[in-house]
Amino acid sequence: MTTTDAPIGPGPPAGRGEAGPTVQVEHMDVTYRVRGRDRLALRDVSFRIGSRESYGLVGESGSGKSTVALALTRYLPRNGRVSAGAITINGQDLLSLGAGALRELRARTVSMVYQEPGRALNPSIRVGHQVAEVYEIAGAGRHESLERAEAILRKVQIADPAQVMDRYPHQLSGGMAQRAVIAMALAAEPSLLILDEPTTALDATVEAEVLDLVTALREEFDTSVLFISHNLAVIAKMCDRVGVLYAGELIEEGPAREVFDQPRHPYTVGLLRCIPRRGQRKDHGRLDTIPGFLPPAGHSITGCVFAPRCSIVQDRCREAAPPSFQINPAHTSRCYRHEIAPDLPRSTPVDLSLPTPEETAEPIARLVSVSKTFPARGGAIHALAGVNLDLMRGETLGLVGESGSGKTTLARVLLGLTPPDQGASVELDDQPLPADLRRRSRDQLKSIQIVFQNPDSALNRRHTVRRLISRPLSRLAGLSGQRLRERVADLIRSVRMEERHLSLRPNQLSGGLKQRVAIARAFGSGPRLVVCDEPTSALDVSVQAAILNLLADLQAKEKVTYLFISHDLGVVRYLADRIAVLYLGRVMEVGPAETVFAGPHHPYTEALLSAVPSIDGQRPTRIRLKGEIPSAANPPSGCVFHTRCPRKLTSGVCESTEPPLAEVAPGHLMSCHIPIDQLRTLQSNGQAP
Amino acid sequence: MATYFLKRLALALVTLWILSLIVFFAGQVLPGDPGRAILGNLAAQSSVRALDHQLGVDRPLLTQYWSWLSGLVRGDFGQSYQFRAPVRPFLGAALVNSLKLAALAFIVVVPLGIFGGVVAALTVGRGTDRIISVTGLSAATVPEFVSGIVVIVIFGVWLKVLPVSASAGTGASVASQLDHLILPVIPLVFVLFGYIARMARAGTIEALDSDYARTATLKGLKRSVVIRRHVLRNALLPTITVIATQTGYLIGGLVVVETLFNYQGIGNLIYKAALAKDFPMLEAGVLIIGVVYLVATLMADVLYTVLNPRLRLGISG
Amino acid sequence: MTNIAAPPAAGVAVARAERSGDLTPWRLLLRRPTFLAGAAILLFWVACAAFGRSIAPHDPLAQQLLATNSAPSGAHWFGTDQLGRDAFSRVIVGVRDILLISSLATVLGTVLGTALGLIMGYLGGVADILVGRIVEAVLALPLVIVAFLFVVALGPSPLVITIVVGFVFTPLIARTVRSAVLVESQLDYLSSARLLGEKSPYIMAVEILPNVVPTILVEFTVRLGYAIFTVATLSFLGFGVQPPTPDWGSDIAHNYVTLGAGYWWMTLFPALAIASLVIAINLVTDSIEQVLAS
Repeated sequence: MTTTDAPIGPGPPAGRGEAGPTVQVEHMDVTYRVRGRDRLALRDVSFRIGSRESYGLVGESGSGKSTVALALTRYLPRNGRVSAGAITINGQDLLSLGAGALRELRARTVSMVYQEPGRALNPSIRVGHQVAEVYEIAGAGRHESLERAEAILRKVQIADPAQVMDRYPHQLSGGMAQRAVIAMALAAEPSLLILDEPTTALDATVEAEVLDLVTALREEFDTSVLFISHNLAVIAKMCDRVGVLYAGELIEEGPAREVFDQPRHPYTVGLLRCIPRRGQRKDHGRLDTIPGFLPPAGHSITGCVFAPRCSIVQDRCREAAPPSFQINPAHTSRCYRHEIAPDLPRSTPVDLSLPTPEETAEPIARLVSVSKTFPARGGAIHALAGVNLDLMRGETLGLVGESGSGKTTLARVLLGLTPPDQGASVELDDQPLPADLRRRSRDQLKSIQIVFQNPDSALNRRHTVRRLISRPLSRLAGLSGQRLRERVADLIRSVRMEERHLSLRPNQLSGGLKQRVAIARAFGSGPRLVVCDEPTSALDVSVQAAILNLLADLQAKEKVTYLFISHDLGVVRYLADRIAVLYLGRVMEVGPAETVFAGPHHPYTEALLSAVPSIDGQRPTRIRLKGEIPSAANPPSGCVFHTRCPRKLTSGVCESTEPPLAEVAPGHLMSCHIPIDQLRTLQSNGQAP
Repeated sequence: MATYFLKRLALALVTLWILSLIVFFAGQVLPGDPGRAILGNLAAQSSVRALDHQLGVDRPLLTQYWSWLSGLVRGDFGQSYQFRAPVRPFLGAALVNSLKLAALAFIVVVPLGIFGGVVAALTVGRGTDRIISVTGLSAATVPEFVSGIVVIVIFGVWLKVLPVSASAGTGASVASQLDHLILPVIPLVFVLFGYIARMARAGTIEALDSDYARTATLKGLKRSVVIRRHVLRNALLPTITVIATQTGYLIGGLVVVETLFNYQGIGNLIYKAALAKDFPMLEAGVLIIGVVYLVATLMADVLYTVLNPRLRLGISG
Repeated sequence: MTNIAAPPAAGVAVARAERSGDLTPWRLLLRRPTFLAGAAILLFWVACAAFGRSIAPHDPLAQQLLATNSAPSGAHWFGTDQLGRDAFSRVIVGVRDILLISSLATVLGTVLGTALGLIMGYLGGVADILVGRIVEAVLALPLVIVAFLFVVALGPSPLVITIVVGFVFTPLIARTVRSAVLVESQLDYLSSARLLGEKSPYIMAVEILPNVVPTILVEFTVRLGYAIFTVATLSFLGFGVQPPTPDWGSDIAHNYVTLGAGYWWMTLFPALAIASLVIAINLVTDSIEQVLAS
């Protein structure tokens, strides 16, 4: 091995006690046996987590970050094994523990919290008993365990623990269930808490609360934390130190703030450039992309694992894997050229002149009084209530909201997949559109198309790419023969793919490529309005940047209007010209993107912005919403946001009357009883620009 | 929950009604004139017609159906053509006999199947699993009369340890009755074992791979405790429904097994009734089988709903 | 100072199918001992079905009244039956009708069941509920009984048996296909198709059907085993292939009365033949399922 030893970091911030490292991983290899072949999932990984330290492990898909967690708990699947290296937890050699000692370790020393809390709990056992089980394992009696379970549920800020204990997991919301799982994890007072994407499945406002909870509990319980995520912003917020994983190797490691502000590996540099930050727009300060593709899992590699995609690659990089270079005692990087890494050349131009949307007053589409109610067992679900929205020609309207906001339903109504309630009107070019898409004309169908979130679901896996792209052309654009073939070739090039991809099927393509096919298909018929429903949410960060830029370029070239739905405010801010914020099926705010982001804005928008962690560091104002998003079957009276609004008026008008969507400034509409000037004053106290 | 049960019951009744339609009209399709079948080929045409009139088979079909259906509801199952006697006592006795056989089969196969399925799941992919799975699958499709013949030959003819006929004779002791029932039960067990084991295996594998099993293991629980406390109750829930639907296959098997072993059960009764074109007996018999099946599935559905907290309590905030 | 670098060569590998070096389903099948065993037995019986008359040592119909009920011996490997016919030859030749009828019946049931399942699963609505109720009602009766009622009604010719068994299997196959179709309905590619203005028949045949083919394939092989089960049982009950055509089921039916007298060979060998055929099909089915699952 040509690596040098990883240094012992300075550990947690000064003032805390210093003990030996809680976790020490040295030169670990993890191998999986797939279809008769060995594949290396992790290669020569070494890191330490000090006592009471919070260590973040960041990586995209295939990086192996979840495998690290599985290795640390010795829960690798049957075809996986730690094929080299050593793991020490609290001084004990993990790999040599016998069955009894391993159970002891799992019960007392190491706890894990996973991504989907609802599934982590046994659906047939009451929540209280599952939490109490932890205490029973430690030797407490039945009665005492239940009492202590109730106590710890209170500690994770569950308001009525006794009631929650009696419930079954399916009766809890996502946020509540995750708190229960965290309670279970901390009940044993472990030395190490492993969190593997614990908030990825949660809404932004709920995520913020859970992350705050983890931070508070960490201080109280003095636990070391290993935080695994693909979301760099969350890691920046939660962790003291961070390790960046790429294709199974730890390519950079150091204090979180330092690694994110002064990255020293081309991959980290590239990755950070892929994340939309404040001030970046699709035409100004564009996201950069990392050329090439993530290597397929288990690919055997000589030399640096990132070499095929690196813009500053040299021959020596391909010949021998670089060792870990020490940039300073706390910060290492596996790159021969780490000094010049921060100056990594860009792959895309930083500025591009994109035509601005024409300043016509003509909307291309309008939604008027759109409501949608779904019948359900417990009562009707009001997915949308009286939505009025205009889409202007050539613009990108960002549609933002959490679960239950109705954003997907809105898109489906526009497309004709879901008919709205009586009294609604959907217009295209001032002509009413039939509510049901079966009654729309070919021209109408041509005009509106969609890019779905999940390309695995959106592309028929048995059809070839050629067929997928040709079909809209023959069916809606009426092309055939030579002209069809030419157009197909055009389209595939316009999404930056190659002709040889045409004969492949979706399961032979990566996520990013699949989504490009979906985009090519959407643009094939020459639409004028394209709905993008979370088009990058299922993709890795580096892939996402390329797709976002592609969407921006295509919009300029084909002059289409986008309805861009996303829960990711950073992405929306990058792409959208105007933004509409939805909450429980109602429009809370609509206006130009920068105005909505800068403020003054609706209290809900304010809370959303406050909740989303940013890689640039925390905003000074932190608004935390209490409680859960109300159920759409039982929306609150008056302003639906009043149950959680931190700025609710004392006069009671918020509970009794629903505020109208009124224009508070030219082009800026808001649904709030608080006058705009008052909001400006309230929000500018400590409001970051 | 009460509304759910009532809805299920109503649906079952609708199904039952459709079933009665199918059975009645299928019976009508059977060729042959009951009067002729009873009096024989040499009887005069006029006597045949008179008998037909007496039996009521010359009335319009719908009238026949209606009187049959209303009779059933009253408990009057009609008169058997073969025996010139009410159908009910025959049905009753045959049903009891079949239930004895079926009950014995279930008592043996349900624990065996569940155990086999769970063991297969715990050793998934390895030797034990493959053997149990393939054996189960094969046994399930070997016709009952085939396995019946094999066991008769081995135990009845070669080794001579068990009686070849299933009937112990009237007034025989319980022990003797059981002794006679052992061989007939074996083919039934073979067929049912495959399904039950398969279902139990699938359910257990899914539960073992689940996130909550992982949570339980990572809490530091012993594997046996994880299986006993967390895995099994979720694994076996779907198996309950399967067991109920097995009554269908079981009854089909009864026809064959009872014929082979010369046992006076309901399967045998139906078979002979079809051969003799005894419509009332045949239709009543087939309908009873349908009822038994629907009752079994209804009970299984109810049991499943009661045991599954998600269905019992519904989704709430 | 950032500048734009020339992008790395466009020859950067696309994420190729991990199949490079992996085996196609066919090859995987051929490596499994269970598949090979099952296929071998099946091929043996198919050969018997095709060339039975030529292979059999004696004429299966020839009665030798002086050699009735004789136990297995050198001259007659499986002994003779009540009419002195050679049991071995009858076993060899007896496979033909049952194999032919079962296969055709299964094909019929699969085609109809697939069509019905697609319609019920995709179009749903009242048709689905109504047909669903009828299917439930029919399935409340053991299939064997339903089959045998209709065969009794229409007469036990091979054509009738094929059609009846095919129809009887249709609801079961339809149910399985319907479930698979419902799973596909959750996916977005169907919405995409509707957004192109595709009509229902096109969607069912071109979009959904290719994706449920693996399910149908497995279902076909499973039903083939049951078809043999059902046809054999019908023969045993007297409503299958009629004498004097050699048939395993009816041979057993005619000869099982002799068990009481201790004559076992006339019934055991046909029984074992049925068992071997059924088990062979199950081994093949199991292998296909295992391969598709991986």
